[in-house]
Amino acid sequence: MDDTKLNTILDKHHRDPAELLAILMDIQAVENYLPKDDMKQVAKELKIPFSKVYSMATFFATFSLEPRGKHICTVCMGTACHVRGAARLVDQVQRDFEVEAGGTTDDMFLTLETVNCVGACALGPLMIVDGEYHGNMDAGKLDRVLRKLKKQDAKE
Amino acid sequence: MARIDSVSELEKYRAQLVAHRDPERKAISVCTSGCIAYGADKLVDAFRQGLKARGLDDKVDVKTTGCHGFCERGPLVVIHPGNLFYQRVQPGDVDEILDETIEKGENIDRLMFHLDDGTVMACEDDVPFYKNQKRLLLKDNSSLDPYSIDDYIALGGYGALGKVLAGMKPDEVVTTVKDSGLRGRGGGGFPTGVKWESCRNAPSDDGVRYIICNADEGDPGAFMDRALLEGNPHAVIEGMIIGAFAIGHPGKPQGYVYVRNEYPIAVERLGVALEQAREKGLLGDDILGSGLSFDIRINKGGGAFVCGESTALMASIEGDVGEPRAKHIHTVEAGLWDKPTNLNNVESWANVPLILDRGVEWFTAIGTGDVRGNPWGGSKGTKIFALVGKVNNTGLVEVPMGTTLREIIYDIGGGIKDGKEFKAVQTGGPSGGCLPADKLDLPVDFDELTKVGSMMGSGGMIVMDEDTCMVDVARYFLHFLADESCGKCITCREGLVQLCSIVDRICEGNGKPEDLELLDELSETVSEASLCALGQTAPNPLRSTMKYFREEYEEHINEKKCRGGVCKSLITYSINDKCTGCLICKKKCPQQCISGEKDKLHVIDQSNCIKCGVCMDVCKYDAVDVN
Repeated sequence: MDDTKLNTILDKHHRDPAELLAILMDIQAVENYLPKDDMKQVAKELKIPFSKVYSMATFFATFSLEPRGKHICTVCMGTACHVRGAARLVDQVQRDFEVEAGGTTDDMFLTLETVNCVGACALGPLMIVDGEYHGNMDAGKLDRVLRKLKKQDAKE
Repeated sequence: MARIDSVSELEKYRAQLVAHRDPERKAISVCTSGCIAYGADKLVDAFRQGLKARGLDDKVDVKTTGCHGFCERGPLVVIHPGNLFYQRVQPGDVDEILDETIEKGENIDRLMFHLDDGTVMACEDDVPFYKNQKRLLLKDNSSLDPYSIDDYIALGGYGALGKVLAGMKPDEVVTTVKDSGLRGRGGGGFPTGVKWESCRNAPSDDGVRYIICNADEGDPGAFMDRALLEGNPHAVIEGMIIGAFAIGHPGKPQGYVYVRNEYPIAVERLGVALEQAREKGLLGDDILGSGLSFDIRINKGGGAFVCGESTALMASIEGDVGEPRAKHIHTVEAGLWDKPTNLNNVESWANVPLILDRGVEWFTAIGTGDVRGNPWGGSKGTKIFALVGKVNNTGLVEVPMGTTLREIIYDIGGGIKDGKEFKAVQTGGPSGGCLPADKLDLPVDFDELTKVGSMMGSGGMIVMDEDTCMVDVARYFLHFLADESCGKCITCREGLVQLCSIVDRICEGNGKPEDLELLDELSETVSEASLCALGQTAPNPLRSTMKYFREEYEEHINEKKCRGGVCKSLITYSINDKCTGCLICKKKCPQQCISGEKDKLHVIDQSNCIKCGVCMDVCKYDAVDVN
């Protein structure tokens, strides 16, 4: 991230170390992940140790220290989704795309993430692909959703 | 929008709003909370475009409202006046609704709710799901536009605040909340008024006291707080302003709402509501001419479950990682930045205006026990539950404290999905427990649930049927908590990992008979020696399943059998004679271990099967069994 952009974010939060969490969220919103250089720069500008920035970035589940894929597939692992078979969805994506939960495919096509609950329990098991909700998922539906995604990409 | 400078001006403003409102004006309310997941935003666009095309856009309002509760039947639409209730509405239905219902006043049978015997229910209030509830906090959600402070004020909003500022002393407000018997809706059940009193009495050298709303709703399977923030944010704000007056006036009360980042709509609507309240002078300096100065900031969480714990939440607001601390000194005395701090949950705050508006007697008439002279003597008011899992009517349910589990699950929830048998209900989230069928007649309140080894928690209620494996459920929560443990206490950090590994091996068919004793012993250590409630209550799901469903553990260990058909190492899939030979499972099997020809019975090669369950999922003929 260039200095101007980073400074805008820091200024928005009054360069206040108490706002570190919000600052890191804003950086991730732009970069899709937290680049190491940006984290170092934040530490320098806020006059706090880099270890503090790193501990925040690794404590909160929302942050990724690795670049994330072009598409983000999030499987809800809430209790309601779990009893309706959410773990099978994660297994299926892991198998079909050779990616671990929390990881990204080698071609940067897809990142597979899990989330503890999005509060849409009526639709469980539920998966969110690039912000779009897909409810009452099963193996066949999951296959269709992700195949469509691949097809779209091939066209572009 | 002009600033309102006094309580009398507020009442005048309200009277004006009401006078200018035409009760016959047509409005289409679309749930844009949970129903967004069903594509309700597209529905809203379709209504707006359709009205425009008909030249009706200035005659009929389209309201994007909060959660109506009946998530199972979403997207939900209510048409005013008359509260006509349409369910499972799709963008393709919009033209028909506009032509028939809006223009001609005709009901569309297909979109209305039908009972099993065919009886048609026209209004929300007639539907059994709603009829058996007592909706005090959620009732305005289907008519109120969360983006409009005027909507809230027209419905009587900020009236309780006016009443407080015009005629009550802070101490009187504290006493009222104490006498009401309101207890913390976040799960702890601590009497709200007692907390307020301690915080008010705690010394603060510069008069700063923090008023925090805990909206870090992390329990999986619970979304009550989200529904309140997305549907009626001003109710929460009004509660907090009343709290600021009671606890921190005269002085410098300051407010925070700590909300989950996973709830972007709640963050947005709360932000808009705060801005509107500031414009009206309901937040800021000299609120309604009372001398009270108070403002509220939003802090977004970063997806850490432990941040729902009060001291961890405060650490996070201070810019640190969310690690809890010991509470030798209570947060009401030294909390955020070492100042007296009062933290309540979203639903607790939303109850405050109701109590102040309608009075102690009205509130204490609802619920269980007797709280006169003892705020711990009962559970008063209503509680919102997120009724989810294997139940027919998934949704948000608001009932008086003391309603039985059976009434909630069967009368409101419509019983178990697909005619299966009830096995357990899990309450209290990862800190709670699983209760079996013989506890169905238990009245639900703070104390009764604790007595049987579960807890109220924030209100998640997950129903499980015969296809749920209780060992797997315990395993799920243990892994959840091991992941979410902040790592500060060794018993929680290491103990949970050990509990996980023991339960894992039981699920994998490698359990030993002595494991159960070991689990008991380790559970006790984890709960005794951990600092915060996360660790202290972490073994609850395990303990309650071991208590009520011990035979399932024994079957896993001794017979290598999983009766729920969930634990992969203990099950096999096979194809029965309902198979039509359609080839679908054969095609979809990732192991290519299903053999068969068109129109002939297929067979699974067990030696290659990874038990992924894809064949069962894709089979349209119910021909795959799990054994």
